[in-house]
Amino acid sequence: MAISIDDVEHVAKLARLELSGEEKETYRRQLSDVLEHARVISEVDTEGVEPTSHTLPLVNVFREDEVRPSLPVEEVTRNATWAEGGAFKVPRII
Amino acid sequence: MDIIYSSGLELARAIKDKEISSVEATSAYLDRIEAVEPRVSAFVNLCADDARERARQIDRAIAAGDDAGPLCGVPIAIKDVLSTRGFTTTCGSRMLEKFVPVYDATAVERVTAAGTVMLGKANMDEFAMGSSTENSYFGPTHNPWDLDRVPGGSSGGSAAAVSAGEAPWALGSDTGGSIRQPAALCGIVGMKPTYGLVSRYGLVAFASSLDQVGPMALDVSDCAALLGVISGHDRRDSTSIEQPAVDYLSRLTGEVKGLKVAIVKELSSEGIDPGVLEKIKAAMDVLEGLGVTCEEVSLPSFSYGLSAYYLIAPAEASSNLARFDGVRYGFRAAGEFADIWEMYDATRAQGFGPEVKRRIMLGTYALSAGYYDEYYAKAQKIRTLIVQDYARAFDTYDLLVSPTSPTTAFKLGEKMDDPLTMYLSDICTIPVNLAGIPALSLPCGLAGGLPVGFQIMGPPLSEQKILDAALALERELKFDVRPVGLEAG
Amino acid sequence: MEYQTVIGLEIHAELNTASKMFCGCAATFGGNPNTKTCPICLGHPGVLPVANRAAIANTILLGLALNCEVTPRSIFHRKNYFYPDMPKDFQISQYDIPLTAGGWLEVEMDGYRRRVGITRVHLEEDTGKSIHIGESGRIHGAEHSLEDFNRAGIPLAEIVSEPDLRGPEEARVFLQLLRATLEYLGISDCKMEEGSLRCDANVSLGVGGELGTKVEIKNMNSFRALSRALAYEVERQRFALEQGQPIVQETRHWDDAAGMTSPLRSKEEAFDYRYFPEPDLVPIEPDADWVEVIRARMPELPVEKLHRFEKDFKLPPEIATMLTSEKAMADYFENAVQTGQDPVELAKWIAGDLAALLKDASIPIDACPLKPTGLGELVALLAQRVISGKMAKDVLREAFESGKTPRVIVADRGLSQIADSSEIESVVDEVVTENPEAAEDLRQGKEAALKFLMGQVMKKTRGKANPSMASDVLRKKLG
Repeated sequence: MAISIDDVEHVAKLARLELSGEEKETYRRQLSDVLEHARVISEVDTEGVEPTSHTLPLVNVFREDEVRPSLPVEEVTRNATWAEGGAFKVPRII
Repeated sequence: MDIIYSSGLELARAIKDKEISSVEATSAYLDRIEAVEPRVSAFVNLCADDARERARQIDRAIAAGDDAGPLCGVPIAIKDVLSTRGFTTTCGSRMLEKFVPVYDATAVERVTAAGTVMLGKANMDEFAMGSSTENSYFGPTHNPWDLDRVPGGSSGGSAAAVSAGEAPWALGSDTGGSIRQPAALCGIVGMKPTYGLVSRYGLVAFASSLDQVGPMALDVSDCAALLGVISGHDRRDSTSIEQPAVDYLSRLTGEVKGLKVAIVKELSSEGIDPGVLEKIKAAMDVLEGLGVTCEEVSLPSFSYGLSAYYLIAPAEASSNLARFDGVRYGFRAAGEFADIWEMYDATRAQGFGPEVKRRIMLGTYALSAGYYDEYYAKAQKIRTLIVQDYARAFDTYDLLVSPTSPTTAFKLGEKMDDPLTMYLSDICTIPVNLAGIPALSLPCGLAGGLPVGFQIMGPPLSEQKILDAALALERELKFDVRPVGLEAG
Repeated sequence: MEYQTVIGLEIHAELNTASKMFCGCAATFGGNPNTKTCPICLGHPGVLPVANRAAIANTILLGLALNCEVTPRSIFHRKNYFYPDMPKDFQISQYDIPLTAGGWLEVEMDGYRRRVGITRVHLEEDTGKSIHIGESGRIHGAEHSLEDFNRAGIPLAEIVSEPDLRGPEEARVFLQLLRATLEYLGISDCKMEEGSLRCDANVSLGVGGELGTKVEIKNMNSFRALSRALAYEVERQRFALEQGQPIVQETRHWDDAAGMTSPLRSKEEAFDYRYFPEPDLVPIEPDADWVEVIRARMPELPVEKLHRFEKDFKLPPEIATMLTSEKAMADYFENAVQTGQDPVELAKWIAGDLAALLKDASIPIDACPLKPTGLGELVALLAQRVISGKMAKDVLREAFESGKTPRVIVADRGLSQIADSSEIESVVDEVVTENPEAAEDLRQGKEAALKFLMGQVMKKTRGKANPSMASDVLRKKLG
């Protein structure tokens, strides 16, 4: 299953990964290899087979609507040196 | 008492009986780490001072006659994928190199409540993606049996630490074999429980429907003890099985007479080292000698397990790792950015290593518009077939067996050029995760001087039976877990 | 060219549960940034969601109120996209198997009733909030933004209508009815100005049965904005089509100040959300018992109350609609009716003068200084002709502002109308005597004379004569 550089660029954009030209080519090759290998599954007859999202038979797992203590704001921002006034500063969006 | 290479349970008994103190045990391991770490590199970060302080606290509690827990005062290594409050949790990645969590994983809370003393965080493949621990941002870990070889992955640091006598036991995580395969390559015992048996709260997610936390130790009894401590319902995990913890240790008998066991054909022929296969067959002979019926079974869907896994796991991972974006914590690329999109792109390009990026892209592709049905949805159907094949087999057999790994430990760098070659290391372990069933790896001998792992698989919630079979085999095989050659040099 | 306007609405209502959807942080409005957050709603490594039972029950209740079917087995999905207000860079939502689906809401306007289809009602989590720092404080032209995750994780019910709405007014009425329904159920604050009720629209213009190109309109932050934005967009599309220009399928942003929609340009990635089932949550299978317990909570809904008011109290549709648009107002009315006064009168006063006073003072009706009993008093005084209609308006205002009851106000100001016929007769006699020419004109049938003489009567009685009684007497004497 050959993937093109365009495919790699599209996926890298969706995944927000900046790639160099060389990286794009390397990943293109490697992803193609893996997908080619994985292609065997298309041969398998899965007519009438339901996909498995969970191997557990659990349903209806809920919690009660109770308020629990939140984090102190110093804990919230301790791992973000760029925090300002308790909020997370980010570069402009548009 | 020889502390290093005593089992965790022996140490617990000795500490409780005041034969030795927790401080003595902890110091012994810290000394050992100092001696051996330069060669093995099993740890990302050590917390020596905290460990000594905690050991002192436990000794005081014991002196006061308080209950210090069933694992009282015994040191432990924790894979750096588990959240430890107030202590750096890196997941082997630059992304979290300086990240300090504000909460403890449930598994960590429970081993701590049971009295263990954390020595440090064990090295791993970045975000648990790999089979050799060579994908760690902090450099590879070396196999104590041959320092030029890999310890396996992704829980390579945990396995090597235990194998090298740097910790009596450790916690690891397993998504496609990440506990069992390094346990096999390092000659120790490792177990992946039934999906949902151990809480995933605080386990940094790789593939949510496959991940589990599990014990890694020098013997089966230690595994049983650790498993008993960490398992059981957790209301913070919606996928946690609704049953209380089970005391596997006290119910451990090692009785196997009358069990019916089969080796899985698809995992024991093509692609498996002859040396490995020989040891597996020998282990089966031992089981037969103990009154176990041994046969062979064919589970055709298993041939597709690897392919299905390498679509499902990266797909879930691509979503789980999206949160690493430089906004709320973790690495943020340096410099001024024209907008947040550039900041995201640079942060993630620089923060993640190549294997992680590869899997994120693979997963994103498998989920993307136009490809979802062909890749992700199809893979989830293969998964159903695997679940069905196992269920059918377990109608006839109590347990299934296979090699844990197709090879013994390979050389560092040997499989780094071609991702596919590395992925093939997981061929025996992957179906277990896809089906959510429990499995254990037990060292069953040496091939070419390197450990071979024997994998025992069982139906959901059959941990006790697996542990019993493993114990029976362990008693007969008498495998010496101490790596030959580590002491010299 | 005959164009058919086709509008579909997508509404998000924040549910007023005590805690967030997947963690125990308080789900309240406001607060300093990031003071109501925890590792779960901040998307820290290793955290897991656990679903809020009350939020699920409330969403099912809403679905039932909108005549939807409850899905026997529904699941959560992950909607994957990057944005700084997203703690996990994916949103836990529902995709093709929502909690409830396939319902309808009947709207009434201009003398007709129509069923508008409800495609689905599902449950998801809200995002955080971006505060844009720059000259205008808006996203365009900002220098940077600050992210606050207090709101992240609050449960959101999403209601999607079928593209059944045929115009801006119908859309507004539909949204108001939906808002009232949420309010009656007590599951949401549903305040557009606070963001607990949000609405996006899809607008297209079809020709001769052919569907047109859909355009999504966002950023309509009030009912008025909705009407104006939809009206603008319909006109914009009509004009473009008449010029032969194709309609571009895009998202447009309503600018309330400028009064127009414009394309939303950003470097966001292509909208491929890569939905897949949420592996950290298990399916929801509401059993029949649970659904019945939820259904038993259903109060009388706005449409039912509306019809009952029309039928039992003979209220005209517009007035009944106005009264039932807000539960507190409907309750006020029903309390006032208890006083035994004419419901139609009471309704007119509430929907008219009282509503205007409340709006000007920005007071909600349940904080109204004039209680329902007081309004009853006012209407009684009017019915007994103690005061005139004009006087009643003044009394209402004073009662509203002072909190005194109408009876007290009338007594204090000596406002009672003269409605005693003998007293009026004697005043009329005086006026006729004093104004012989006008009296003669009236005998001749000149209406203007009546006006003049009435003025004299009112002057003599300092405005207190009951006007209708006075004119009756005048006509009788001089007719």
